[in-house]
Amino acid sequence: MSSLLHRPALLPVVLFAGFAAVPLVATALEQPFWIAFFARILIYAMAASALNLALGYGGLVSFGHALFMGLGSYAVALPALHGIANGWVHLALCVGGSALVALAVGAISLRTSGMAFIMITLAFAQMGYFLFVSLKQYGGDDGLPVASTSQFGGFDLGSTLTLYVTALVALALVTWWMAKLRASPFGMALRGARQNARRINAIGLQARRLQLVAFVISGAICGLSGLLLANLNAFVSPSSLTWTVSGELIVMVVLGGIGTVLGPVIGALVFLGLEEWLKALTQHWMIIFGPLIVLMALVGRRGIVGLLDRWPRAPAGPASAAAPVATPPAASAATPGTATKGGL
Amino acid sequence: MSTSLLLVQLLNGLQYGVLLFLLAAGLTLVFGIMSFVNLAHGSLYMIGAYAAALTYAATGSFVLAMLAAMAAAMAVGLLLEVTIVSRLYRRDHLDHVLATFGLVMFFNELVRLVWGPQALFVDVPEMLAGTVSLFGINYPSYRFAIIAVGLLVAVGSYWLIHKTRVGMLIRAGAQNPQLVGALGVNIGLLNAMLFGVGAMLAGLAGAMAGPLLSVQSGMGEPVLITTLVVIVIGGIGSVSGALYAALIVGVVDTLGRVLLPMALREVAERSVADAAGPALASMLVYLLMAVVLALRPQGLFPVRRG
Amino acid sequence: MSASLKTEGLVKRYGVLLVTDHVSLDIRAGELHAVIGPNGAGKTTLINQLSGELAADEGRIVFGGQDVGALATHQRARAGLLRSYQITSIFEEFTVTENAVLAAMAAKRHAWRFWKPMLSDAAARSAADEAVAAAGLANQADTPAGELAYGQRRQLELALALAAQPRFLLLDEPMAGMSVQESAAVTKLLRSLKGRYTILLVEHDMDAVFALADRISVLVYGRVMFTGTPDEIREHPEVRAVYLGEETV
Repeated sequence: MSSLLHRPALLPVVLFAGFAAVPLVATALEQPFWIAFFARILIYAMAASALNLALGYGGLVSFGHALFMGLGSYAVALPALHGIANGWVHLALCVGGSALVALAVGAISLRTSGMAFIMITLAFAQMGYFLFVSLKQYGGDDGLPVASTSQFGGFDLGSTLTLYVTALVALALVTWWMAKLRASPFGMALRGARQNARRINAIGLQARRLQLVAFVISGAICGLSGLLLANLNAFVSPSSLTWTVSGELIVMVVLGGIGTVLGPVIGALVFLGLEEWLKALTQHWMIIFGPLIVLMALVGRRGIVGLLDRWPRAPAGPASAAAPVATPPAASAATPGTATKGGL
Repeated sequence: MSTSLLLVQLLNGLQYGVLLFLLAAGLTLVFGIMSFVNLAHGSLYMIGAYAAALTYAATGSFVLAMLAAMAAAMAVGLLLEVTIVSRLYRRDHLDHVLATFGLVMFFNELVRLVWGPQALFVDVPEMLAGTVSLFGINYPSYRFAIIAVGLLVAVGSYWLIHKTRVGMLIRAGAQNPQLVGALGVNIGLLNAMLFGVGAMLAGLAGAMAGPLLSVQSGMGEPVLITTLVVIVIGGIGSVSGALYAALIVGVVDTLGRVLLPMALREVAERSVADAAGPALASMLVYLLMAVVLALRPQGLFPVRRG
Repeated sequence: MSASLKTEGLVKRYGVLLVTDHVSLDIRAGELHAVIGPNGAGKTTLINQLSGELAADEGRIVFGGQDVGALATHQRARAGLLRSYQITSIFEEFTVTENAVLAAMAAKRHAWRFWKPMLSDAAARSAADEAVAAAGLANQADTPAGELAYGQRRQLELALALAAQPRFLLLDEPMAGMSVQESAAVTKLLRSLKGRYTILLVEHDMDAVFALADRISVLVYGRVMFTGTPDEIREHPEVRAVYLGEETV
């Protein structure tokens, strides 16, 4: 029994099992609103995971990831307006478009670092916002209803349940990949570049190129979350490209645990859950939320996953299961033979 | 396009640029010397605008309104610096971003709570409601006054930075912040003062912008982002860079919005021009930033680091 | 396995100050060549130009017969020109093994892999383990680098360069801040590496320099005053004057 609770894969299993149960529970309680609500959480969890690749693994403080979510959304609405409902076309435009824009933005922004990088990514997202606002024929400031949601053969992403299942599967795959990526050669090199770019160059890798590739992958996955969002809302608007959205994604990543695998998912869950709860209390919920974020910044950035790691370990506690998933897998690397090799 | 129209737009561009300079001057020093990413600078601008609008409505004196704006913005700025910002100087830029993001959220909502979401309208003060005769055209006195005030601040800041001891400390701090601290200067006081003066200038900008733009929650962020573009183009930490870049950005943006759609209509079909014109015009400043970064990542007038 | 390194008239100026003054070195393959000199002589500046982190104003750098002046740091590293830093520059969050495997993996060009764990790369792993063992850190293999003692951090600094398939090692004061025992251990290590790699050693520890070097160049005010064998250096009157009162030779 205790060995079961010690299994390192417990937290993600519990988390995703919980997500999977939502449609069943919601239908049983006759509260279908929750399916849409949790679908939104899944979508933002995916966007936050994408940002985590650039921000957490790569150390790139991008304040412009809303740009990619927005592009992904418009990649559905614009073709739909012109009569193209084929989901594969939407998907290709979404991923291709986001990746290309991420390549351009990343290539220019990575010529700077630190503060300048933050400001430039913010500026590029703002540029995207103004672009879509000024395109009056595509709704401009008022936004654009999605004429027809993405059709994949028999599947219509416009159906909330179909969307939910798709989002859940997509998030599970992305999370799995992020876990693998973290320990993969590319992931380790990227994380090395965050810790010490000079040394990465000195051992023969180009830190900037690693960061650019990470930024492009991050942008593409973030765009994908935008595609799902457009199908969920059946509506797109430039307001999804504002700096507030970019900021909220950063908060989700840091709140959950920056640089960890499950941090973005937990962060999105807690952020949106808290927002929903506060909204019910008062329409001026941001007056409470704002200072909470300031507090989070002042107190330090281990995030929720970090807190779980430090939880006093009872013999069969779930926290010990959380640790290996969340923290660098240092211990798991050891094999019996190496430790005894003779030294000087 | 007639020369008088062009001249008017050029002056409008200068006026916009001058407002951007007021915001950029303080912010670029905070970036350069304290290495602090202050996204809440737009909130200080907003606070200034609200303070001015309310004081003007209560007293009818625009001078009082401007003073109130500078005082309010400076007070809030100093309070923030002492309680929150100074704790974050040694931290990652990410922490700065998070903290100031939270502050922006708070201030925008606070303003909405107290004065509602609708815009406040401020009248141009009667004394400046007319026009002045410049280079053969009639230009609104109020906008001209803004240009005058802005240039005055530019001259004042030049004098402060290049002709005073404090200014020398500021220049030294921009080149080598750690060394200035190690020389026994009360760096905490210097930082607070810098932050406060930057806030004051932001408040002044907010006060002067009030009659031109609407005073409402969230007014600070679009201007802030353009200010960040100015700082990046000018060079982080460089006040002279901020001035030149602000004027360039102001003029390019204003003229671009007018000339680009017109130019497009000459070369392209009307429907295309009408669609693409405003879109491209709104992107112009960011494209300028991208070009500058591609060619000179350190900005056009960078501070030479020691 | 080892490569030669020649510089021809290398010059670096900071304003009017000539930090590197027409330095011409000829380091033969397999040699251990030491560079000594008083503080401020420009030794680290010289290394930075050789590694590519600083651009020379004039002169050529020929590595293994190839002019590498136009190559960036990472390209020179790929060609086998590896360096270690005077101020320890490692990956603090990673374990010793992860540090070394990262360097080995980079050298083997395996960085663009996005799925299987880096530590399962057998070729990189064996090269890394060898480097870690040679540097004397085998019993710390799973310790995060940030938790190592100072001397161990310096050892990891060396291990990183060793793991990355070097043909030439640029070592910038590897024994900086070390105790007598630690320095002796590093001297032993470097002696074991002699011949296998070409080594340019910048050091203040004269015992180590005279025990290890095949030839020594003395750098004063950016200029190579003299190059010779350890015996020749010991006898040279100007060198003795420069070092009088600093270290007993």
